[in-house]
Amino acid sequence: MGHQVPEAGSVGIVTTATATLFSVENPLRMSNGGSLGPVEVAYETYGQLNEARDNAIFICHALTGDAHAAGFHEGATRPGWWDNLIGPGKPLDTDRYFVICPNLIGGCQGSTGPSSINPATGKAYGLDFPVLLMRDLVAVHRALIRHLGVTRLLAAMGGSLGGMQVLQWALDYPEDLANAIVIAASSRLTAQNIAFSAVARRAIMTDPEFSEGEYAANGANPETGLSIARMMAHITYLSEDALTEKFGRQAQPAVDEQGLGIHFAVESYLDHQGKAFVERFDALSYLYLTRVMDYFDPFADPDALSRLAESPVRWLVVSFDTDWRFGTEHSRRIVRRLEHAGQPVSFREITSPWGHDSFLLEIDDYHATLRSYLQRAQLEVRS
Amino acid sequence: MSLRPDLALVADLVPAGSRVLDLGCGSGALLADLIENHHCRGTGVEIDPESVIEAIGLGVPVIELDIDTQLDEFADASYDVVVLSRTIQTVHRQVDVLTQMARIGSRLIVSAPNFGWWRHRLRLLRGRMPISKDLPHAWYDTPNLRFTTLLELEELFGRLGLTIEQRIPLSPTGEPLRVAGAMANLAAGAAVYVLKG
Repeated sequence: MGHQVPEAGSVGIVTTATATLFSVENPLRMSNGGSLGPVEVAYETYGQLNEARDNAIFICHALTGDAHAAGFHEGATRPGWWDNLIGPGKPLDTDRYFVICPNLIGGCQGSTGPSSINPATGKAYGLDFPVLLMRDLVAVHRALIRHLGVTRLLAAMGGSLGGMQVLQWALDYPEDLANAIVIAASSRLTAQNIAFSAVARRAIMTDPEFSEGEYAANGANPETGLSIARMMAHITYLSEDALTEKFGRQAQPAVDEQGLGIHFAVESYLDHQGKAFVERFDALSYLYLTRVMDYFDPFADPDALSRLAESPVRWLVVSFDTDWRFGTEHSRRIVRRLEHAGQPVSFREITSPWGHDSFLLEIDDYHATLRSYLQRAQLEVRS
Repeated sequence: MSLRPDLALVADLVPAGSRVLDLGCGSGALLADLIENHHCRGTGVEIDPESVIEAIGLGVPVIELDIDTQLDEFADASYDVVVLSRTIQTVHRQVDVLTQMARIGSRLIVSAPNFGWWRHRLRLLRGRMPISKDLPHAWYDTPNLRFTTLLELEELFGRLGLTIEQRIPLSPTGEPLRVAGAMANLAAGAAVYVLKG
C-alpha cells in the first residue's frame, strides 16, 4: 500500500518530538529512592494550546502504547492508536482542545527505558534500570506539561494502565487538572490480574536469550518469551464472545501439517500478534511496566483522598460490560472510593461485545459520553 | 432554563446547601438546578444511557446503576436528601429501595402518580386501564411496573417506619391541591412526600 492521504477528521501528518526533561545533574527522583537522568520523553501534540492555556488534554497510554495517538506518520498506512477519538470534530476535537500524548518512561518507543544507554556505564541499563512506580510515570508527565507551558490541564485521560496514571495524578496533584477520565482501569489488581503478569514475565525471563536482561549487549532478543507473553495478554484483552465472533473454531486453511501445529484461525491470529509485538516492543520494558501495574494501590494510603478536599477534581469513570481484564467491579471500586469521599464522580458501564480492548474502539455510546463530558468540562473551566 | 413544575416543587423542598442523591435523575435537570441555584452538591443515579449522557452534558455527576439492586454502593448517612421523583412506580423492589434511601439519607423526597385519582377509578369502572398525564402510557408500553394509590403508598411508608413530614397532593396539571386525607387520594393525580427515616 502506498501513502494514504488523511481524511477529514484526521489531524493529518504528525511527527513525534522528543524533550529532555531531566539531566544527569538534575535527575528524576524516583519514588522508591533512586534517581534517573537524563530522561528523554517522546511525545506528540495535536491542536493548539489557546491563549488562556486552559484547553489541554493529556492522554496517558496503556501498557504497550506509544506517543503516536492520532494522525499519520509520514508514509504510514495506519493512524495512531486513538485516532478514532482525536481529531477535528471527534470527541477530542482538535479544533477545541490541545491534545498531548507522551511515550512512558520505562518504555521503548522514544522515551528513556531499560534498553536506553546508561551514561554511567556506556551500556544499556538492562536490569540496572530503577524499578518504576506509578508516581514516577506521573512525575515525568508533570515535567512534560511544564515543558509545554501548560500549568493546568482541562483533563487527563487514559484507558487501562493509562487510567491508572490518571488516578494517581489526580489523587497526588489535584491542582494540576480539572477533570480526570479513567477508562477500563483499576485501582488495585486482583490476584488473577497479577497471575497473568507473572506468567508473562516468567515466559520472558526464562527465555534462554534473556541473559539476565543483557540480551541487547549480546545482540539477542528473548523473542519466544516476549511473544508468548503477548499472546497470553492478548487473550485477556478480548471477550470470549469477541474471539468466537472473530474466529469461532474456524480452521487455518494455509497450514496443512497435522497434530500440534497451528490448526485454528485463532492460533494463527495469536501467533501473528506475538510475532508483530516482538518487532515493536522491548522485553525489559514489558517487565518493568507490568510491575508498575502490580504494585499500584493508591487507596492503600489512608490519606489518598485528602488532597482532593482543597482542590476537587471532576471525575468520569468508564467500564465495559464484557471486560474481564479490568471488569466493571474494578471501576466501581474506584467510583465508591471517590463518591464516599464526596467527590463529583460520574460513572458509566458501556455495553460492548469486545472486552477490555473496547476502550480503543469506536463505540457510539462511549464516544458520545466522552464528547458530552468534555464539552461540559470546557464550559466549566471557562466560567 | 426553567424547571418542570413538579421538579421546581421538589427543588423547593430541598434545603439550600444540601448534599442530594437523586435516584432516577433522568437528564439531571433537578440536580443541575440545585447545584446552580441552591448551592447544593449531589449525585444522580440513572440507568437509561441517553439520559446519563444528557446529565453528564449538564455537568451533573451521575452514576449509571440499577436502583433496584445496586444502592448499596452508597454509604450510610452520606447524603442530606435522597430524592425519588416519579420513579417509585418503575422499580421492582419498592420496599428495598425505600429502606436503602432511609439508610443513605435523613430526609427523603418521594413523588408518585396516584392510581386512585377519581378519573382513573372511572376508567376502571368503564373497564379500561387508567391513562392520564401522570400515567400516560398504554398498559403494554409503560415503564411503570407497579401502581399504587396514595392511600396504600402511605401505608407502606408507615410500615417501613418512615414519618410523613409533608404531603403535597398535586392536580393532574401539577398544581398543589388544598385537600387532605382521603380526599387527596380521590382528587390528586400525583403527590410529593417529604419523609424522615
